[in-house]
Amino acid sequence: MVTTLTPHQRAFRSTVALKALMALTGLILIAFLLMHCFGNLKLLISAEEFNHYAHWLKGEGDAGGMLEPLIPHGWFIWIFRVFMLAAAVLHILAAVVLWRRAYNATPSNYEARKKLAQTYAARTQRLGGVILGALLLWHLLQFTVIPAQMAGQAGEPSSYVIFAFGQWYYVLCYAVFMGLVCLHVRHGFWSAFTTLGVNTSKRAEKVLNVLAYLIAALLFIGFMAMPLAVLGGIVS
Amino acid sequence: MSENLMSLTLRIWRQPNAATAGKISEYKLAGVSSDMSFLEMLDMLNEELTVKGEEPVAFDYDCREGICGMCGIVINGVPHGRGNSAVATTTCQLHMRNFKDGDVITIEPWRATPFPIIKDLVVDRRAFDKIIASGGYISVNTGAAPEAHANAVSKLKADRAFDAATCVGCGACVAACPNHSGMLFVAAKITHLAMLPQGQPERPLRIKTMIGTHDELGFAGCQNAGECAAVCPKEIPLDTIAQLNRDLIASLFNRAGKSTAAE
Amino acid sequence: MSATTTSFYRVGKDISDSVADTSLPVEEIWADRKFKAKLVNPSNRRKLTVIIVGTGLAGGAAAASLGEAGYNVENFCYQDSPRRAHSIAAQGGINAAKNYRNDNDSVHRLFYDTVKGGDYRSRETNVHRLAEVSANIIDQCVAQGVPFARDYGGLLDTRSFGGVQVQRTFYARGQTGQQLLIGAYQALERQVEAGTVNMHTRHEMLELIVVGGRARGIVTRDMVSGAIKSWIGDAVVLATGGYGNVFFLSTNAMGCNNTANMRAHRKGAYFGNPCYTQIHPTCIPVHGDTQSKLTLMSESLRNDGRIWVPKDPADATKDPRQIPEEDRDYYLERIYPSFGNLVPRDIASRQAKYRCDEGLGVGPAVAEIDPDGTERQVRRGVYLDFTDAIARMGKAAVASKYGNLFDMYAQITGENPYETPMRIYPAVHYTMGGLWVDYDLSSNIPGLYVVGEANFSDHGANRLGASALMQGLGDGYFVLPNTINDYLADALSFPKVDASSPEVVEAEQGVQQRISDLLAVQGTRTVDSFHKELGSIMWEYCGMERTQAGLIEAIGKIRALRQQFWSDVKVTGVNEDFNQTLERAGRVVDFFDLGELMCIDALHRRESCGGHFRAESQTPDGEALRDDENFLYVGAWEFGGDGQTPILHKEPLIYKAIELKQRSYK
Repeated sequence: MVTTLTPHQRAFRSTVALKALMALTGLILIAFLLMHCFGNLKLLISAEEFNHYAHWLKGEGDAGGMLEPLIPHGWFIWIFRVFMLAAAVLHILAAVVLWRRAYNATPSNYEARKKLAQTYAARTQRLGGVILGALLLWHLLQFTVIPAQMAGQAGEPSSYVIFAFGQWYYVLCYAVFMGLVCLHVRHGFWSAFTTLGVNTSKRAEKVLNVLAYLIAALLFIGFMAMPLAVLGGIVS
Repeated sequence: MSENLMSLTLRIWRQPNAATAGKISEYKLAGVSSDMSFLEMLDMLNEELTVKGEEPVAFDYDCREGICGMCGIVINGVPHGRGNSAVATTTCQLHMRNFKDGDVITIEPWRATPFPIIKDLVVDRRAFDKIIASGGYISVNTGAAPEAHANAVSKLKADRAFDAATCVGCGACVAACPNHSGMLFVAAKITHLAMLPQGQPERPLRIKTMIGTHDELGFAGCQNAGECAAVCPKEIPLDTIAQLNRDLIASLFNRAGKSTAAE
Repeated sequence: MSATTTSFYRVGKDISDSVADTSLPVEEIWADRKFKAKLVNPSNRRKLTVIIVGTGLAGGAAAASLGEAGYNVENFCYQDSPRRAHSIAAQGGINAAKNYRNDNDSVHRLFYDTVKGGDYRSRETNVHRLAEVSANIIDQCVAQGVPFARDYGGLLDTRSFGGVQVQRTFYARGQTGQQLLIGAYQALERQVEAGTVNMHTRHEMLELIVVGGRARGIVTRDMVSGAIKSWIGDAVVLATGGYGNVFFLSTNAMGCNNTANMRAHRKGAYFGNPCYTQIHPTCIPVHGDTQSKLTLMSESLRNDGRIWVPKDPADATKDPRQIPEEDRDYYLERIYPSFGNLVPRDIASRQAKYRCDEGLGVGPAVAEIDPDGTERQVRRGVYLDFTDAIARMGKAAVASKYGNLFDMYAQITGENPYETPMRIYPAVHYTMGGLWVDYDLSSNIPGLYVVGEANFSDHGANRLGASALMQGLGDGYFVLPNTINDYLADALSFPKVDASSPEVVEAEQGVQQRISDLLAVQGTRTVDSFHKELGSIMWEYCGMERTQAGLIEAIGKIRALRQQFWSDVKVTGVNEDFNQTLERAGRVVDFFDLGELMCIDALHRRESCGGHFRAESQTPDGEALRDDENFLYVGAWEFGGDGQTPILHKEPLIYKAIELKQRSYK
């Protein structure tokens, strides 16, 4: 293949640049997860607190929405959704391109194969990502798009949640979902920082790895606390 | 000194050439001494095959002291048989005392699209030379060098440069990588030259051209799985890849290589 | 000289180097030569093609430098990448007369040490030039990014090496050769990208093309497809390394061979001092019959390790730690009380051989064929013991000094050298002989240049430690690019040669014929079995100690073995394929001829000098005795034809800047 691109253009299209894009969008998604998790915990205080928070997010509350009056009433949630959607789409697109390149670089599989370093999380990053995407759609459908049709009382987010997590099998599914998220985050977090060039020593590698486990654990505990509280009847 | 003899079953990838499909063939080999190196064991098999009039197994080797980077075989699913060795090793420095009587050993070539198989266990690794040719050097013509002490180099940076520069270019990193990325190889050269004052003027352009060539040759991206560093006979650390990433991202904000492809 | 000896060769006319102006003081000769050499106009350079065989320090450096100068370079190597040339395995370091230590070093001292180290058998003018360019080599390598060892001030570290008293050796841990080669390789790849150098990997040179008395090209075999192809150029440079593999077991890479040199020799190039080989005392011993190569350990180990063997052969298999002090023979300390374990390489090597010949060796017993044809089991190893050093310095100090060597030893032998003494034995390491060249590095065939270990010029009868890398890079970067132009300046007027020229066709057909001859034998013995047998003949009779009777016997054995080879070798497969057996067979054919020539050279050189001991030439107390009266010359051998005796041309050695001295280590 004869390339007519300049080195600069090739660098912009390189796997490393793609990975940097993936890392950045991944970190944005992790930041969102942390915020989301924190918000969920409001239900532990009371249903009213939770509902108030949810309405405020969407700019439906009396106190006005986020960043009002800097941006008009009701706009923030859409800007935010577009932003998150873009992050997710870019993340997935980069993943698909990188996966295709990896696929093309693999002529045939080894007859015998043994891994020395790879963690389970690293190995399942791609497949895990695909499953996560599917579960995410279902999650959004249930709690954002058509919550009222699923169950609960329209306009009262706490009711959808309490209804759903009142079921043990539902909590179980959710736990599996969160497990996958955290696995993905575990490898993704450290991998993102490596890709962004932070991991340039043995020490940095260690710190990043510990941080990655911490964040994953934090997310799992944070996300599971509320459903378990609902299932246990502590919140109603 | 505590030599013992063993009988082995060897499952070896046989492939006459790039165009013909390969398959695993099984061979029994008796009287293998634990003091032999892995390649001497294959020599022994080849001597037996030759006497029987069969085609010997083709495999690459040269220095047999772990420095030239010519040898490279996937042994029991791990490049250079690292899975059978307690220490980092090239195939030629792996010894049969790491195996035991009755073992079944699977022996395969590097598998990666940019390393096409030539015959049996021999692959074509010229892609690595092309990556170096695209920028893995400091441009200094013979005779144009300043006095060696013109630049002092901090010992820490000189040592880091050295650690990266020990890469032997064997390709085990590519063979072990789940994606078949050549990133550790590129990163070793990037880190080596980036640590030295002499390497600075070309630093932004170097990473652009090397990564561009790496991708163009069909090597894929890094997933930070760490398999490459785990099998590297010279233990090039994984953090060199972070150095590469950092340099590449920084280079995107640099004008080097913007005007022409042939700059 | 006895009639039996002279029946093996003829004596031709004396030769001399006609290039260097030896009427000048030695330090002015190189500048004078550079000034007088004809130049090639930069715009004419791209019309000229230089063929370079080999990509090691000498070949890689030459290809890069000539590419930079603007010539078209066709560069060949048998490996899959130019970065794999065996220069990469050099451990110790590279000398340079920088005098960074303020310890009385100078160009003249490096020159002096190198000539003395070579036991006064090298050409004074060449060695002086080598010392002159040594400092430039370090500058060049540092600028390329070679990560030499540095001190905390950020400046280059140096150490003393090979018994010299100044600290002039630059190093990059134990991998100096690797780092220097990668520097040259990167410079070379830069020229590949620039389009001045065409790299041909997995190509083996099988013939030299000589047209009208000039070297005009080579014939190669593509080792993947088997294609035989001719390459035409204006000059040919051989940078094909040493020939230690004639011994089968050596520290050379398995692929190292002397085919290119022997092909050139057969076409008329003189072979200088073929019997000069360097044997290194501290290698890891042979473990058994399937051993494929030997591994060197830095001889710095002798600084702290003590060498011994058991006094009683019955103790050979005992755990060495159980052998009491009084039952051990620290033979070097006993025989050479003032130098002890630090005697020069050849003495340490020879004494180890004597002990093992006496049946006092340790380690695994390996089958050997005695001169009378009976097979016997001999233990080839002596102990190198660090018990005292560990007791004196502590294990940590020993580990910091020798840790990487100990690790290497443990990996290869499976023994822990911190607990049980290492076993060592000498092995062939370097060959000082090579194709004869003049001051311009041109062989006696116009247009054929020879650089690096492949030529004979700089190391005399023994090479000083850390000077092989210096010579390779010196030749490649700084000497050849300033001398070859003198020849190329006239090349545009040379008659045109192309693939249809009769000399080219004939060379190609010769190669094809030889390959089909090899494939046609279809005997019963493997190529390696012949190579091993040749190696053991060479090691036994043309190794550390040589005698007239032994050498004559060896020549007979080699001739018989060659005959057997051509009637009983089994080469599998076909030419039009990746065929490693065929590659090896071709190399062994040339090793037979080389081995015979080495034995003849050794036979005629009835003196002990440098690395070898000629039993008929020793002092009353059994030390090497050099014979300057009769042998102060380079033995340059002309090929006499198949089945004919070779012709010896003597190049008398004239020392003007240095006074000859006999060495003594007692």
